[in-house]
Amino acid sequence: VMAMEVTQVLLNAQSVDSTARKNAEDTLKQFQERNLSSFLLSLSAELASEEKPVNSRKLAGLILKNSLSANGPYLKFELAKRWLSLDVALKSQIKACLLQTLSSTVYDARSTASQVIAKVAGIELPHKHWPELIGSLLSNFHQVPPHVKQASLEALGYICEEVPPEAIDQDQVNKILTAVVQGMNANEPNVQVRIAASQALYDAIGFAKANFSNDMERDYIMRVVCEATLSSEVKIRQSAFECLVSIGSTYYDKLAPYIKDIFTITSKAVREDEEPVALQAIEFWSTICEEEMDILEEYASDFGADSNAPCFYFIKQALPALVPLLLETLLKQEDDQEEGAWNLAMAGGTCLGLVAQNVGDDIVPPVMPFIEENITKADWRQREAATFAFGSILEGPSPEKLAPIVNVALNFMLSALTKDPSSHVKDTTAWTLGRIFEFLHGSSVDNPIVTAANCQQIIAVLLNGMKDAPNVAEKVCGALYFLAQGYEDVGSTSPLTPYFQEIVQALLHASHREDADESRLRTAAYETINEVVRCSTDEETARLVLELVQIIMAELHKTFEAQIVSSNEREKQTELQGLLCGCLQVIIQKLGSSEHTKYSLAQYADQIMNLFLRVFACRDATVHEEAMLAIGALAYATGPNFAKYMPDFYKYLEMGLQNYEEYQVCAITVGVVGDISRAIEDKIQPYCDGIMSQLLKDLSSNELHRSVKPPIFSCFGDIALAIGENFDKYLSYAMPMLQSAAELSARPSVFHEEMPEYKNLLRNGILEAYSGIFQGFKNSPKTQLLIPYAPHILQFLDSIYMEKDMDGVVIKTAIGVLGDVADTLGSNAGSLIQQSLSSKEFLNECLSSEDHLIKESAEWARLAITRAISV
Amino acid sequence: LRRSFKRLPISDQQRRRQLSLERQAENRGEAQRLARCLAHTILSLQDVSPSQPQSEIELESQAEEPAAQCFDVRQAARLRGPEARRWFAKQLMLPEWMIDVPDKLATDWYVCARPAGKRCFVVSSNGITVSRLRNGSLLHRFPSALPNGARTNNHMGTGQSYCILDCIFHEPDQTYYVIDMVCWGGMSFYECTAEFRFFWLNSKLVETGACNEPSNFHKYRFRAVVVYDCDQDGLNAAYSGSAPYVKDGLLFCNKHSHYQPGNTPLLLVWKDANCSQYVIDTDGKGLVPDQQQVVLELLDDGSLGTSDDPPVIFGVLENSFVEKNKLKGGTLLRFCVKEGGLGFRDGELERAELEYVGKANASKAFADSYSKVVFQYMARCSPLRIEHI
Repeated sequence: VMAMEVTQVLLNAQSVDSTARKNAEDTLKQFQERNLSSFLLSLSAELASEEKPVNSRKLAGLILKNSLSANGPYLKFELAKRWLSLDVALKSQIKACLLQTLSSTVYDARSTASQVIAKVAGIELPHKHWPELIGSLLSNFHQVPPHVKQASLEALGYICEEVPPEAIDQDQVNKILTAVVQGMNANEPNVQVRIAASQALYDAIGFAKANFSNDMERDYIMRVVCEATLSSEVKIRQSAFECLVSIGSTYYDKLAPYIKDIFTITSKAVREDEEPVALQAIEFWSTICEEEMDILEEYASDFGADSNAPCFYFIKQALPALVPLLLETLLKQEDDQEEGAWNLAMAGGTCLGLVAQNVGDDIVPPVMPFIEENITKADWRQREAATFAFGSILEGPSPEKLAPIVNVALNFMLSALTKDPSSHVKDTTAWTLGRIFEFLHGSSVDNPIVTAANCQQIIAVLLNGMKDAPNVAEKVCGALYFLAQGYEDVGSTSPLTPYFQEIVQALLHASHREDADESRLRTAAYETINEVVRCSTDEETARLVLELVQIIMAELHKTFEAQIVSSNEREKQTELQGLLCGCLQVIIQKLGSSEHTKYSLAQYADQIMNLFLRVFACRDATVHEEAMLAIGALAYATGPNFAKYMPDFYKYLEMGLQNYEEYQVCAITVGVVGDISRAIEDKIQPYCDGIMSQLLKDLSSNELHRSVKPPIFSCFGDIALAIGENFDKYLSYAMPMLQSAAELSARPSVFHEEMPEYKNLLRNGILEAYSGIFQGFKNSPKTQLLIPYAPHILQFLDSIYMEKDMDGVVIKTAIGVLGDVADTLGSNAGSLIQQSLSSKEFLNECLSSEDHLIKESAEWARLAITRAISV
Repeated sequence: LRRSFKRLPISDQQRRRQLSLERQAENRGEAQRLARCLAHTILSLQDVSPSQPQSEIELESQAEEPAAQCFDVRQAARLRGPEARRWFAKQLMLPEWMIDVPDKLATDWYVCARPAGKRCFVVSSNGITVSRLRNGSLLHRFPSALPNGARTNNHMGTGQSYCILDCIFHEPDQTYYVIDMVCWGGMSFYECTAEFRFFWLNSKLVETGACNEPSNFHKYRFRAVVVYDCDQDGLNAAYSGSAPYVKDGLLFCNKHSHYQPGNTPLLLVWKDANCSQYVIDTDGKGLVPDQQQVVLELLDDGSLGTSDDPPVIFGVLENSFVEKNKLKGGTLLRFCVKEGGLGFRDGELERAELEYVGKANASKAFADSYSKVVFQYMARCSPLRIEHI
């Protein structure tokens, strides 16, 4: 492809004509596949060339960036590997083009180049490649044109965002910080340079650990940042506050000398500055709240008491001034704010909530006068702000402190929800009621807010509120949700039982409202039905839940009758089916959990299953996650009878296992295979060839999200336990997979750094597979087939033991597998087991474990081993 | 970015997923445990059984068939008649009496108020339920809602599905109070910790309907005794809290202990006058004798031992005395404790001043245990009071 053509293709790729666009995309793809080196070089040359149109330069840079890095950790790793393997001379050429582009007079070209440079740096700096990069960027500061300075600062910022702090020497860090801080200085004449510098400082804060430990350097950085908060340029003020937020969370322990000044600066900004700046100023205090709570929590879990915790209690000290500041923001509501909007009042309320969690009881005295003064005012803003303040402080203070206040307020809230003329006030009132039930109601609370005396009134008000505007009704659903949740552990008869039917009817009614699409009301209504069902306890409600099955089935049936024309309608139908399947799942799980109700549920199993099959049939290629979850619960509840559904259901099971894109669906389907295995046991055998081959495919796929892989291994165990020795035909495929996964889990790798718990999940899956396979083969003549795998399994157990980084679940499963091997192989494995480390130190440690589950597994293992070596 | 906290913090879908995963993990664990437990019964058959039905039983019946010695609990549940009587006589876990307070009582032990009544094994198998007293004799034969405990109940009546429960039959409300579980639904729980057995018992007993009111196919109601952690609150609840039954002392059970037939220091009983009508042993007429009575076993060498293994020796009978009263080894003899009482050194019995009363009542199957004798002795002079525990 000639250089001229590249430009044209890149422009065509942005054409409005879809055919031209498609052709251009194909050409680019072919070019990349045929010759990656020349492809990348052409793109960098295109980006660097001042003669080219800005649009082709921009796209060239974007494609270059995407060929260096991606979002998923696996792909990111692969792309980095590919770049590192390229010819050094080629890479130097590309990098030269990129650096050269920073001098471009075209802003988009410079800016794109700085992003690409950061991606290359992200790959190369940790390998100590491209050592001259930082130096050459810094050298640009001595050049006159301010736009080059601006681009270099931007590049430095992106680099700091991209690479880990240890990849840059302290010497270079010092130089970067000097350059950045100088760029922010008020003496710098160019505004764009000052903006770029203040944004770069935000990214570089994490690199400044050493500098923040040095009093002089820290004072200097803090001074520059604080001065920047007073800049005449709003973007600089915003960046400066962002820097303060980052400093607050990164260097909390160094803040003491500056905190008073910061309070002055932030309160001025909150009161006087433009919203984006004011929001960051509030964010500073929210961050400090969280920082202090983290410190105290961590310290308490390590040392038990908090008297010596490295906490300065800034929030506690700032309380007398901070609380009035935040309360003022609550009065600055927008007239017509959207659901979930982020504005000054929301940020202030959120911060007030964090302050309440931070200081506990101390929040109550300074907030109460504000509530009392405003809650009856004529202006809705004052009533709403007072209610919001009240709702915000309900988490944190002790129930003893809050109970008397809430007891008084409850009646007021109930009447406001009924009578207040403002929808804003009602919205916040319903939300506050939800918070009251969430934090001050339940079996763990000593002085219950909800009593036999007021329960009926509360429910009446809430059910009435469900008829209000959708945003209010949605909050009311939330309040009912927490009201029900509080009775979760109530024992035999829930006080909600007499109202169960009425509540469910009102929720169903809300879900049928014309405007139920707004404010996610329909979703909230069904989720609340779910919680009411989950928390129902007695036999009386069990009967009503059984009636609900029929209602929900009828609702689901209706979704198939509706005429679907537009894609919008289809989307709605799918969403509603999801909610109904979710509701059925909760009901099935509830009724399936006791022998008595399980039996009553059985009469509907056929109809329910038919409906689920129709839900699957509605969608083309994908399988509905909610229906799949519900089928798992149904399999558990129906037991062996589930076998009769398999012929019709199997194809959807297979589809689910093939759904790499929506990996959650794939994961859930894997779980359902386990449910079905346990339910129908050997009757699953006719389907095992298909299931096993799909599971094996899933395991070898790079596309499938790796979180699905451990459950697949566990699923091997489920299948083996169900079909016993008939698992023999899969051994030669499954065992090598398990073996290589076991080896992978023992090796350090990029995955483990990003997700340390993954290692243990993987181990647990592998171990559960072994456990199921060995128990499945127990007492079979085919047990012999397992003997060759025993040495590796024991080695795996030993290696897990020696690494000492396993969690309790893995310990329990691992020691159980030791028992399973001994139990199934008996004397065939006796000497092998005796030689293993696991059968000695590991077993002994587990036998004296505090965790009784581990101890129990260990005792089982000991018994099995004793027998294996004595025979 | 910070999310407005005015939005509901719940995502019910995430919750549904999570609950599903938890259920699946639980079911998987259950399936594995089941697979292991079934294997287990077979293991214990080979390991434990041969040494079991020995000693005392042979005194009564020499014609023990060798085959009958090799049964495990599964077969035992199907035993009938005298064989069953003999076997069960040896299987109950018997508490020692608390004569001092174990370490870590608050963390490692459970406590419950012991119902007053007849300690027995309840076995459900083959469509019938049988209860047997400590000495092996039959108490009731009745239909029950326990697995396979009646001919007509809904639980698929496979021969596998039997239960053995450790109970106290409480006369006033005609209820079996279950204090422990040995087998359930065909699975042996001998090798499981108390913590696990109680957990299982509590979750399974109600499910079967065995706690329901009596009906045609369910003659006696069952109830699980409420077991508390042995901290101050639990102890108070067991000691002074209300119970649906007449209390007879407190039972302490070590959480990690397995079900172990015979006397065990991991199960302890303690009483005082507040929580039991029977602190000090009574005689046949229900009166408290002036002097403490003890029942000891005459061993072959003429010494007098407790029921402990090995027995604690309280003294030796002279040959002439044995011959004169025509006593045989193995006979249980009743003595009373004289003025001099019992003497201890370093926590061990040093001397005992006893006077022969006569042969023990025929219904008595075992000699007294050492801890019982000492507890009774202390109860008369310096009792271990609730404040000490």
